[in-house]
Amino acid sequence: MDNIAGKKPALIWVTHLSVLLLVLLWLFPTVGLFVSSFRSADQIASSGWWKALFPQVQNTMIRTAAPATQQMIDGNYVIEGNLFAEDGSKPGTISVWGTSSRAIDAYQAGETADMGEDGRLTVEENGDYRLVNGTEFSGSRGERVFLTAKTPPSFSFDNYRTVLFAGQATDKMGKAFINTFTVTIPATVIPILIAAFAAYALAWMDFRGRAFLIAVIVGLLVVPLQLALIPLLSFHGSVVEWFVALAGTPMEGNARRFAEVGALGRMFGFEPGDTINSKGYLGVWAAHTGFGLPLAIYLLRNYMVGLPKDIIENARVDGATDFQIFTKIILPLSFPALASFAIFQFLWTWNDLLVALVFLIDSSGDTTVMTRQIVELLGTRGGNWEILATAAFVSIAVPLTVFFFMQKYLVRGLLAGSVK
Amino acid sequence: MHPAIQGLLTIVIGVGACIGYFYFSNIILDKVIFPARGAHAGRNINRANLVRPWLFLMPGLMALGLYLAYPVFETLRLSLTDRDLGGAFVGLENYRKMSDDPKFWEAMRNNAFWLLVVPAMSTAFGLLVAQLTDRIRWGALAKSLIFMPMAISFVGAAVIWKLVYDARPLGTEQIGILNAIYLGLGGESPQTWLTIPFWNNFFLMIVLIWIQTGFAMVILSAALRGVPEETIEAAIVDGANPFQIFFKIKVPQIMGTIVVVWTTITIVVLKVFDIVFAMTNGQWETQVLANYMYDKLFRSNDWGVGSAAAMVIMLLVTPILVWNVYNARKEMK
Repeated sequence: MDNIAGKKPALIWVTHLSVLLLVLLWLFPTVGLFVSSFRSADQIASSGWWKALFPQVQNTMIRTAAPATQQMIDGNYVIEGNLFAEDGSKPGTISVWGTSSRAIDAYQAGETADMGEDGRLTVEENGDYRLVNGTEFSGSRGERVFLTAKTPPSFSFDNYRTVLFAGQATDKMGKAFINTFTVTIPATVIPILIAAFAAYALAWMDFRGRAFLIAVIVGLLVVPLQLALIPLLSFHGSVVEWFVALAGTPMEGNARRFAEVGALGRMFGFEPGDTINSKGYLGVWAAHTGFGLPLAIYLLRNYMVGLPKDIIENARVDGATDFQIFTKIILPLSFPALASFAIFQFLWTWNDLLVALVFLIDSSGDTTVMTRQIVELLGTRGGNWEILATAAFVSIAVPLTVFFFMQKYLVRGLLAGSVK
Repeated sequence: MHPAIQGLLTIVIGVGACIGYFYFSNIILDKVIFPARGAHAGRNINRANLVRPWLFLMPGLMALGLYLAYPVFETLRLSLTDRDLGGAFVGLENYRKMSDDPKFWEAMRNNAFWLLVVPAMSTAFGLLVAQLTDRIRWGALAKSLIFMPMAISFVGAAVIWKLVYDARPLGTEQIGILNAIYLGLGGESPQTWLTIPFWNNFFLMIVLIWIQTGFAMVILSAALRGVPEETIEAAIVDGANPFQIFFKIKVPQIMGTIVVVWTTITIVVLKVFDIVFAMTNGQWETQVLANYMYDKLFRSNDWGVGSAAAMVIMLLVTPILVWNVYNARKEMK
């Protein structure tokens, strides 16, 4: 292929350019959010993120120091200082300035404005100013100066500090971060184990109905999990009610609350009056396990079928049981497929919103996950881009890390997982 | 107990229970129920081997049955009953109620557009990128960058694109890049893209296309590599130009894979929920089936109509389900 393309240099250039264009197009939205997460609320609101990497020209109004700070120098009253320092903002370079909102570009940097009885004001390029008057300055506030200044790009980690550690009740991101891990890790590990055994049986054991079971699993691959929401929520509810009845006596009118606690209930640390919520980690782990199994079994079976037959038959001849063959031969050999599925399941459970909304997050909000928190922020603080961008980036960072380090396995899994 | 410790405990208990189950059930089968010794040793070994597959399969089958197969039938039952009447059978009443709801038809119309646009665009872009990157040295890097959105959650993508679509009043600096470009190209006033009925659907679709293109690209790129070199060389010898090689030689040979990619993305589209939920929540005529169903189930608490909506999604998935099963069986023979 290279040699034909090589004959047409124009085509090569078109190819390079269009790929570059596509990559930039695909990357741009994410970069926008990433850059925004390092900017302050003011910066985000006053200019597009694409300008953040260049020095910015901004119009601002800053007051000089108050008349209380005036000094008597050579018979004149003088107020001196630096405008950027007065405002506490980042130093910049002033090009033009003015003393009225109607003429904000009346003077060049270094020029002196004569304001009549208010005195004479000189503003230098670096923000140093000198306000001189023959009579004493009065009033409580300083003179207004309108600046057009160029400020260098500036970024900070302040947003990340706010989102992760500030601990405001409304932005429970730090907590949601841990909760998300709590959901994902068991929800990734448990289905792998269950699926591996089932996949081995479907790949290497001979029994009636095997082909049918494989077909069922292929079918279940595409069943929308939306169907499972209500039936499973009721099912989790009845499990709770059954447990309460088993471990004690349920309260009248609320089958999920203990009136009395039996021996079994005490063992689990329940006390009379305790209510068991049907939403919680156990439920979400079980749900993710169930929803992830078809893909897990399908992927692993396809991989295991392809393992060399000789090894397995030799082991059988040597007297190994199926259990030994599975644990000593199949499982180690299937590592790539296990890794593929683990990544899938991790990404899927980490990024999930619907299953967590339905099976995990109760009214107390203690078990909230990151996707849910971000949606909440979108609703209540749609304008606070600095918080939103940072929160979103915190949640994106983990899957992106997994993605870049384990891309090989992800690609392999995708190739094996799409029904051919 | 801290949830993280609880999580760790669950892993230990869950994994321990799984391993314990598989290990001990095997021992019991081989040593207690059908011992491989005594007068019936041979017969016992055979019997144990008949039972063992089901031992291996049981946890998986139970989970699948309970969490996927049973809900399909239970949802069907719920869609035919009324919860307020104590679960009495009401026939197709819920479906009738749903078909009287203009929001349902709005969702159906939007879903139809999603189904037409997203799989087609994702596959087309995926194929384009796969073909273009095949020839260049930094192709792997380009592919990995275009693939990246696959790792980003729908919710994260919603935030990313909300910033792209952001609109500020005329006269202030635009922070959404789309409006900045629009005004730069001579647009009169900034648009709030997500509130323009009908067209806003396409702005939501772009988000899913952005995510799914990487998936299409990865699969199609592998398929393109699998196209036999001889067929391409023969075409070159016959004087075909690169476009002819692509459309007349390569594409027909990977048609099967294109169909697979197309149907897989179709399934994703039918289930699309998070993007709409996070970006517009179905307002401004952007409702889709999955969000409509969520609305009915958890906001209006109408299990009947919600289940009916879920059954509609199931019905739309069924042809693909049958097709997949048919192909899988064909392949196994």
